[in-house]
Amino acid sequence: MVLSTFKIGGVHPPENKFSSGAAIQPLPIPGRVFVPITQHLGAPAKVMVNRGDEVKTGQLLAKSSGFISANIHSPATGKVFRIEEAIDQSGYKRMAVIIDTTEDVWAEGIDTSPDIIREISMSREEIIQRINDMGIVGLGGATFPTHVKMMVPDGKHAEYLIINGVECEPYLTSDHRLMLENGEEMLIGTAILMKALGVKKAMVGIEANKPDAIGHITKLAAKFQGITVHALKVKYPQGGEKQLIKALTGKEVPSGKLPIETGCVVDNVGTAFAVYEAVQKNKPLIERVVTITGKAVKTPSNFRVRIGTPIQHLIEHAGGLPENLGKLIGGGPMMGKALVSPEAPIVKGSSGILLMPVEEARRTIVKNCIRCSRCVSVCPMGLEPYLLAQYSRLEMWENAEKERIMDCIECGSCHYICPSGRPLLDYIRLGKANVGKIIRTRGKI
Amino acid sequence: MNNLLTISGSPHVHTDESIKKIMFSVVYAMVPAMLVSVYFFGLDAVRVIGISVIACVLVEYLIQKYLIKGDVTINDGSAIVTGVLLAFNVPANLPTWIIVVGAIISIGVAKMAFGGIGKNPFNPALVGRVFLLISFPAQMTSWPLPKPLFAQTVTDTITGATPLGLLKEGQMAGKTIEQIMADPNMPDYIQRMIGFQTGSLGEMSALALFLGALFMFFRKVITWQIPISYLLSSFIFAGIFWMIDPTHYADPFFHLITGGLMLGIFYMATDMVSSPMTPKGQIVFGIGCGLLTMIIRLWGAYPEGVSFAILIMNAFAPLINKVFKPTKFGL
Repeated sequence: MVLSTFKIGGVHPPENKFSSGAAIQPLPIPGRVFVPITQHLGAPAKVMVNRGDEVKTGQLLAKSSGFISANIHSPATGKVFRIEEAIDQSGYKRMAVIIDTTEDVWAEGIDTSPDIIREISMSREEIIQRINDMGIVGLGGATFPTHVKMMVPDGKHAEYLIINGVECEPYLTSDHRLMLENGEEMLIGTAILMKALGVKKAMVGIEANKPDAIGHITKLAAKFQGITVHALKVKYPQGGEKQLIKALTGKEVPSGKLPIETGCVVDNVGTAFAVYEAVQKNKPLIERVVTITGKAVKTPSNFRVRIGTPIQHLIEHAGGLPENLGKLIGGGPMMGKALVSPEAPIVKGSSGILLMPVEEARRTIVKNCIRCSRCVSVCPMGLEPYLLAQYSRLEMWENAEKERIMDCIECGSCHYICPSGRPLLDYIRLGKANVGKIIRTRGKI
Repeated sequence: MNNLLTISGSPHVHTDESIKKIMFSVVYAMVPAMLVSVYFFGLDAVRVIGISVIACVLVEYLIQKYLIKGDVTINDGSAIVTGVLLAFNVPANLPTWIIVVGAIISIGVAKMAFGGIGKNPFNPALVGRVFLLISFPAQMTSWPLPKPLFAQTVTDTITGATPLGLLKEGQMAGKTIEQIMADPNMPDYIQRMIGFQTGSLGEMSALALFLGALFMFFRKVITWQIPISYLLSSFIFAGIFWMIDPTHYADPFFHLITGGLMLGIFYMATDMVSSPMTPKGQIVFGIGCGLLTMIIRLWGAYPEGVSFAILIMNAFAPLINKVFKPTKFGL
């Protein structure tokens, strides 16, 4: 069988999915949780509780403060210790609600039973409202508020819902485990999203390195109308929205445009599961599956973690802080961010925590570009990374814009493949920031 | 936790490929051709390759250490590649001092003067070779006849013309292709494939060169674009003229496996630094090399055109990069 995939570029880094066999375990709630009020793309949520308030699990802590924003609910029961700035995964101190936890008591109206509710009784508007109320955001990492995605702009037409079960990042297995253990709920969530969007067809894309998940979801999907499962060739960055749409439908999102141009809306499998819980169980997004893994971890695991749990709490339950820890990464090794401190909390967008040993933490010494053109051949957007990096280094922003620097999806394939170890993506990010600034000021004149 | 955490931008993993690995892959790929040259030229081949490599590495070391006073990067293997390629492009009886001059030009002028590895617009070994060819035409065009190792019949002093040289001379004298091919010094196809032909060290055996090229292809050191487009364009171009007038033009197979074409196609034109960056550009580059090689071979004053063709196309590489862009996503 020829597996479909995206056409331009791509790399295949070592997969190292150590934790793919580890079942999802609920992680005990820590004594204190740190819930940042910015866990999504868009405006920070507005805090609705005061210091000293008693809160229950699932109670609203902070309210969405605009169209692109999201509600934040209490991930635990306890007393609001403080509302102050605390270190988050960016390394900066940002406003957070800090809760001293007690015994877990859920707020009224939340169905915590393990029963699966299959019938979708809500109307389209009710579903979107519920997704908004429950603070659902994209769990693939971008954390774009899901209810916004459900509202197709006027003049555009949604044809397909694409469910992203690709998990092309090395090491990470949270989506994989979720598909195996909560596959049916995830598919019900998919059906709910289809209803909200008004589409007849949904495609679940899964890379061929997860045959068990492909088999399981294919079997389950047979019971659902219009949902098909597609095995994809293993290639990074297939989980990128544009690459996944290309792989599944053959359509290309036009440069500078949104995926809806191709009639596609993409959601992560974790998001589909969260939507199921929100709509069928009235459960807000207060926990998620997080992979904790890496060559420095004793027992690579997949935990169901309450939002706001400090990362060190996960590390302790995965065998403790390793002696040779050199780098702590929030996310996967290709697109994840290096974290400053293990005190930072898990947020809605955290799909994994990667602990790297000292030997792997440092970059190699940068050598001259030997013009091998590997960066050009692996760029999934068909750009010329060496050239963009050069323009950025020389501050030639106009040239960088002409070479479409803003199309870069920051997948890191160019830096990964470079035999000279050149930090191409660092330069390109710098260029994107500056070119973006220039484009914004141009709009104002 | 005894260590401070490292903070850097993504990606956090890196391929284990390096300049050193790429360069040494090229060196390994040239081993079959080296062995063939040692088989036919014995200690002379060892001398030429040895002197050339040592001189290239030494020149790079001295310049980096005492002129630039910067980092010495001779262990990345790129000077070794240049050294072997330079040796492959000269006759086995070339005096040592001329080889050293070639190394100084290759590394000193064509590479280090432009800023070292990755910055040279022209292939260093070819610059060295062409410099020597123009400066020392007599020494550079008196090729010793190949004699298999331990063969007693031929002495070291006998030299002869290359098949291409015979072709050019014959054509100048107004002979037909048939008469030229009947020359007793002209090796037959099998001999040319395996290496019984007069020529520079690395031009001997098309077969050995092809083996090394396969290795480089599977090691992903070279891609198909340049070799295939170069090969096909020169073959087709030679073929067209052979079909028009087979009495004046040699057949395309003859061109393919004689002279430096195989060496040029797989080892010279594919040089990463001096060739274009995009797949489309690389195809254009290969076609340009093929046409120029054949134009020089068929109508030029020199019997061989590979070095000139590649150097000329090297000069076009920046322009090709500007014109032939990769296919962009979503445009």
